[in-house]
Amino acid sequence: MITAGIDMGSRSIKVVLLEELNVNGAPQLKYGVKKVHIMMPGDLDQDVAADKAYDEALASAGLKRDDVKVVFATGAGRKQVGFATEGITEMTAGAKGAVFMYPQARTVVDVGAEEGRGMKTDAEGRAIDFAGNEKCAAGAGSFAEAMSRALQMTLKEFGEASLLSDKSIPMNAQCTVFAESEVVSLIHSATPKNDIAKAVLDAVASRVCAMVRRVGIEGEVVLIGGMVHNAGFVQSLKVAMGVDAISLPDMPEYISALGCAMIAAERQH
Amino acid sequence: MIANYGYKDGSGEYYISIDTDKCIDCAAGRACLTACPKQMFEIITDDYDDEVAWIKKPNCRTLSYDCADCKPSGGYTSLPCMTACTPGAIKHSW
Amino acid sequence: MNAEVTAAPVVAETVPEKKEFWRWQENVWIDETKDWKTAKIVTCGIDVGSVSSQAVLVVDGELYGFNSMRTGNNSPDSATNALQGVMDKCGMKLEDIHYVVGTGYGRVNVPFAHKAITEIACHARGANYMGGNGVRTILDMGGQDCKAIHCDEKGKVTNFLMNDKCAAGTGRGMEVISDLMQIPIAELGPRSFDVDVEPAAVSSVCVVFAKSEALGLLKAGYTKNKVIAAYCQAMAERVVSLLERIGVEEGFFITGGIAKNPGVVKRIEKILGIKAMETKVDSQIAGALGAALFGYTLMSKKAAAA
Repeated sequence: MITAGIDMGSRSIKVVLLEELNVNGAPQLKYGVKKVHIMMPGDLDQDVAADKAYDEALASAGLKRDDVKVVFATGAGRKQVGFATEGITEMTAGAKGAVFMYPQARTVVDVGAEEGRGMKTDAEGRAIDFAGNEKCAAGAGSFAEAMSRALQMTLKEFGEASLLSDKSIPMNAQCTVFAESEVVSLIHSATPKNDIAKAVLDAVASRVCAMVRRVGIEGEVVLIGGMVHNAGFVQSLKVAMGVDAISLPDMPEYISALGCAMIAAERQH
Repeated sequence: MIANYGYKDGSGEYYISIDTDKCIDCAAGRACLTACPKQMFEIITDDYDDEVAWIKKPNCRTLSYDCADCKPSGGYTSLPCMTACTPGAIKHSW
Repeated sequence: MNAEVTAAPVVAETVPEKKEFWRWQENVWIDETKDWKTAKIVTCGIDVGSVSSQAVLVVDGELYGFNSMRTGNNSPDSATNALQGVMDKCGMKLEDIHYVVGTGYGRVNVPFAHKAITEIACHARGANYMGGNGVRTILDMGGQDCKAIHCDEKGKVTNFLMNDKCAAGTGRGMEVISDLMQIPIAELGPRSFDVDVEPAAVSSVCVVFAKSEALGLLKAGYTKNKVIAAYCQAMAERVVSLLERIGVEEGFFITGGIAKNPGVVKRIEKILGIKAMETKVDSQIAGALGAALFGYTLMSKKAAAA
């Protein structure tokens, strides 16, 4: 049986095709991923974009729509996916995917472009508690992105620069717009770029961490979502959370879509 | 005067209100100062020369995070600051 | 001799203008009908905000002059520059001022101030002077904050809230749109009414997300004016929700830079069903004016006690 999970994020759409095989009586999962970038909200209509992403994913796997038993959708734009049977929350999907990849994980942190959230999970990958930072750019990747633009660096360079700093400059501004002015005055007062980068990533990490603390930090911690690619952020988060290690999946942006496809499969039994 | 400290942003509305009239001759011995685990309260002389409590400036901007530990998500039984303030000057909006 | 004078074509030196669309009108004003030299008490209020700074001179309890300018990178300099601007206009020197009160975000940085008073109390006092003792609810949309204040007939604060955490509903939020649309900030308000049909507000409270939404609306075919209108509507709704936390009583007065933006003001009035009171005085000076008036009261007490 093949199921599909589609994650309608605010920045990009992720599709995961999941095949459940029976190998000697034990179910095994095989999955393929496909990512599509939508430029800005409104560039394409969300439902048109979803169709496009899905068809591209199927084509790259050599499948047709009929080959897929059921499609579930998650993410901010999940209601726009006409061909999805059900929509599930990012919390549920993210928790499921993360625990599948890391069976000992009990604390899942999801930091995407526009939302940061923390989930407490059980052994089956169910989100038993969660806290999120929705609709405020300061609590998610957009903050780091805006600041990296102010410093005229790519987000990657920004992350790497922050690792070179050992200072902890606190930021007064808690808002992305005000922080941009603050970063400009830090630049004017000749603060080294590395220190500024670290200050910014520390700030996002502390906000994300506050969300996670609301559900409690227990057991193995997994980070999912695009910010996994930012080594500086991961380091800042480790320090903020007070943990030695955070598990980082290989394709972190797809974990929610994967969880979504898994739940679709589960619900067919 | 009712002083509201905190903010509203995309994620929600978080204010701690202090009724300074009840604060002026504090009947609780300024218990709020020690009751708050993050020590967010401070006594200041306000613009009308009264000694009242307020929330420290940096905390005003991170109220939802700072108060999170006292509020289990999904309901709380009691907040240390509100319990300590017997005159009832302190209120939380969330 | 018929000299055919062919004037050489005048080539205007075209310096590519680096347009700063957020620039609003800075101004200095003095009441020419008064003479400060004959006054008993001269006081000054300095409001150093994160975006703008004002210096106001009050002579025997009456408004005499003010200077409103953009805050530079250095707070103490802003205070000095603001004051110098208005003093220069009337030949005054610092020694001529009996009492200086500093207020605003940078009030600790007014080196020559006798006292610092919060911008909440100062705005209430200033609004009470500008709008009269019928003022009860004050909305101040500043450069990096948004305040809702209740006051009594004397301008004493009875309830307030101040939001300086989030850019939504502040001047900086407006500057972001001004830059995005490449339209001078003073034109945004009038342009927001030049639309075929009033659009719904942009759905995001957050300025960063609203900016992306605005770009999306443009791509979807909205005219610039319509996007501005949607943004002004969102700001108005946001500000009204802040006001509703403390309630709006008639005697509604708006101060701060955005008071000059009819696009936001008219929409706020429409949502509330209440008209804002008129002011003949520049709305941005309310804080500094209140500070100067506090100075007058304090100085009068000192003089009486002496």
